[in-house]
Amino acid sequence: MPLNTDKTIEGSFQLIGGDFSIAGESSARLKSILTDLGVQEDIIRRASIATFEAEMNVIIYAAAGTLHYEISPRQIRITLVDMGPGIKDIDQAMQEGYSTAPDWVREMGWGAGMGLPNMKKNSDEFKIDSVVGEGTTVEMVINLP
Amino acid sequence: MKLGEIVEKLSLDVKTGHHGLQKEVSGVYVSDLLSDVMANSKEGNVWITLQTHLNIVAVAGLKGLAGIIIVNNRQPEKEINDKADSEKVTIMTTSMPAFEVTGKLYQMLN
Amino acid sequence: MKLEELEKLLQAKVVVDSDNLEFNIDSACSADMMSSVLYYHTPNSLLITSLTQPHVVRTAEIAGIKIIVFVLNKQPDQVTIDLAKEKHIPILVTPYCMYTASGKLFEAGLPGCLNK
Repeated sequence: MPLNTDKTIEGSFQLIGGDFSIAGESSARLKSILTDLGVQEDIIRRASIATFEAEMNVIIYAAAGTLHYEISPRQIRITLVDMGPGIKDIDQAMQEGYSTAPDWVREMGWGAGMGLPNMKKNSDEFKIDSVVGEGTTVEMVINLP
Repeated sequence: MKLGEIVEKLSLDVKTGHHGLQKEVSGVYVSDLLSDVMANSKEGNVWITLQTHLNIVAVAGLKGLAGIIIVNNRQPEKEINDKADSEKVTIMTTSMPAFEVTGKLYQMLN
Repeated sequence: MKLEELEKLLQAKVVVDSDNLEFNIDSACSADMMSSVLYYHTPNSLLITSLTQPHVVRTAEIAGIKIIVFVLNKQPDQVTIDLAKEKHIPILVTPYCMYTASGKLFEAGLPGCLNK
């Protein structure tokens, strides 16, 4: 089914670190935007999972962040910029099972070391940049057929 | 049922604590939350989880569990295997997800 | 598997009911770690978990999980219930632990979620 738009649609959400009560709300809103645009189901699923994992990382680790989306007829681009502790060793962080999550986060069901691998798995392009003490930027692109 | 028999029937991969395969299994506990396992598991239980955090070894040791089955083909790091070997905790792995390995164990034990 | 059958097998209480007459699930996932739920192929699945916070409902929504079962009689709070109603995700509460709940459903023929 073709996308119900020939323009680029964009927008952003503010994320607040530590606030588990609204965790996932931005990803859910992006999901409904994609659904309204008529994007096919498996692509919505991939985009939502990648965004949700990225959103959770901001909530778990950072003080605050922004989720920006850009939907064109060819692709979905999702960028998350956070003010957080940054990642010291990105290669290590990308390893499945590696996590620096504190115990209380693990007791909430997060920090299994699957977040970054899950984002990469569900994106066609995945980029991550981080500066220790400043923050992390994640950019994910999912191509539309 | 002995732990070794479970390993054989479910084709589990034994990573550490091979001597523990002689132990009698008292039951099964399934959880990914360490506090839950601390509170609710019983001595001699086999613990099914996808956690590969170092603290799983301490929990298994403190509660006297028969062993840990790590699911979804997740592999514990060497540091965890070394600690488990020195604390005589049996760690096994399987490619099956938790639901499936739990279901099969339930059918074997009931 | 239909809702009535799940309810019976798990001796469960329906906390959020289904408004879908076609409700039928074909696989199950037992997990407390939400990323593992997101990692596996779970559309049309049931989630068995011991966590009852709202972000579990969010995870179900994103992963396409059709129903959530809380084990050990864990009661969700009102925020979780309201979110599940809004998202049309039924919730059952069973007195069984994750082992027994999973075992009973597996025995009744429900398969696990497959790796993608």
